[in-house]
Amino acid sequence: MDVKAGVLEVLNNIIGEDMADQMDENLFDSGLLDSMATVELLLELEGRFGIQAPVSEFNREDWDTANKIIAKVESLMG
Amino acid sequence: MLNLQPYADPTYFLYLLAALVPLAIGLYFGKRFVTYEILVSLAFIFLIFDEGHYINQGIALIGYSIWQFFLVWGYITYRKKANKAWVFYLAAFLSILPIILVRISGTGLFKPQLSLFGFLGISYLTFRSVGMIIETRDGVTHDFNPIMFLRFMLFMPTLSSGPIDRYSRFAKDAAVAPERSRYIELLGEATKKLFLGFVYKFILSYYFGEIIYPYFQNQAMSDAHHGMLLSWWLIPVAYSYGMYLFFDFAGYSLFALAISYVMGIESPINFNKPYGSKNIKEFWNRWHMSLSFWFRDFVFMRFVFLFLKNKWIKNRNTVSTIAYFVNMLTMGLWHGLTWFYIVYGLMHATGMAVNDAWIRFKRKHKDKIPHNKFTEAFAVVLTFHFVILTFLVFCGFLDTFWFHR
Repeated sequence: MDVKAGVLEVLNNIIGEDMADQMDENLFDSGLLDSMATVELLLELEGRFGIQAPVSEFNREDWDTANKIIAKVESLMG
Repeated sequence: MLNLQPYADPTYFLYLLAALVPLAIGLYFGKRFVTYEILVSLAFIFLIFDEGHYINQGIALIGYSIWQFFLVWGYITYRKKANKAWVFYLAAFLSILPIILVRISGTGLFKPQLSLFGFLGISYLTFRSVGMIIETRDGVTHDFNPIMFLRFMLFMPTLSSGPIDRYSRFAKDAAVAPERSRYIELLGEATKKLFLGFVYKFILSYYFGEIIYPYFQNQAMSDAHHGMLLSWWLIPVAYSYGMYLFFDFAGYSLFALAISYVMGIESPINFNKPYGSKNIKEFWNRWHMSLSFWFRDFVFMRFVFLFLKNKWIKNRNTVSTIAYFVNMLTMGLWHGLTWFYIVYGLMHATGMAVNDAWIRFKRKHKDKIPHNKFTEAFAVVLTFHFVILTFLVFCGFLDTFWFHR
């Protein structure tokens, strides 16, 4: 499965915005992602890609743009 | 005998900074003198507890550290072999048990026997050890390093009132010396924070806390003695307390950060212009940040995760509202078992739920609701006043005003 397309679709479902042309937009600073949406994002990514992201030590700086989320998912998929 | 309460007066800094000079020289040359760092930490902790009624607190701190040491060690050892949920919950419970006992004893139920367990800093140390257990459960921390554990648990600059650091973050800094260029920047930052801290803590906090706040309290109490249930004087009581609390706590945090930086540890910041927040959620991203982020990550997000994953409740707004109440109520109780801390927590949880509802309403009616400089300014003013109102509850003066006239 194409990770990039999958992540963008999940993001679109949760925040209601297509991030394809703003891959480096900071999702937390812009208020698109909050703690609640973050948990939904992690659960969706877990369901779709079978990855386990620890919710307690979720480091916002590693997940704050679409590009970084894709990179994180890829590294967690090993 | 010499007794030094952390950051209590300017001479404290002379002693502390003098003791840190060898460490700073080492760090400048890329060496971290771990043994020396531990000795300085222990010496200054000893100087907090070496006199009179402080001695019992010191003994409680030693007992507490041993308890947490074996608990965290035991849990990390267990976690290498298995990962049962009930073991995790048991370990987390045992880790917060001391503070629960202290809080219960603080209400007077068991005062004479159990106040023994209390000591300056117990509230903050609890976050360090529980945080480690949660990190271990999540596989972020794998190994028990006894020396690093003690350096983390007994890290002196933030012992009594934070900021609250995380083990995984702390251990990264504490394992090495920072790059020289970075360390020079840190020393510059430390100097700035130290002087701003002096202004906050020894001038502004003193002025608001020792002069203005008590004056308005006295005025309000004279109304109370006339049998009035409310008083106009409660308004300036609330504002002066809000100012005092900010300058006192932010000043304290600046000191703690400055000393951490000198020791080459980049403890997280705690305040970022909180009274300029546009809504209550933003307020908690700027006020006592290390505490609210701890609760966000270790209470709110875990709670939401559990509920959504098991699909116990379908509606996401219901889940987040319940989670706000769990989160803020826990935070209130952490301060102490009194009606005003509980009400304070409930007020903030309500504020967050209302804020979310408003944002949803605004999204639906985008075209009809104006958004400009003036509405933003209004939002800042509104948030500030809501916060001041919650601080009037938090400060406990209403308890005196109503029930101890």
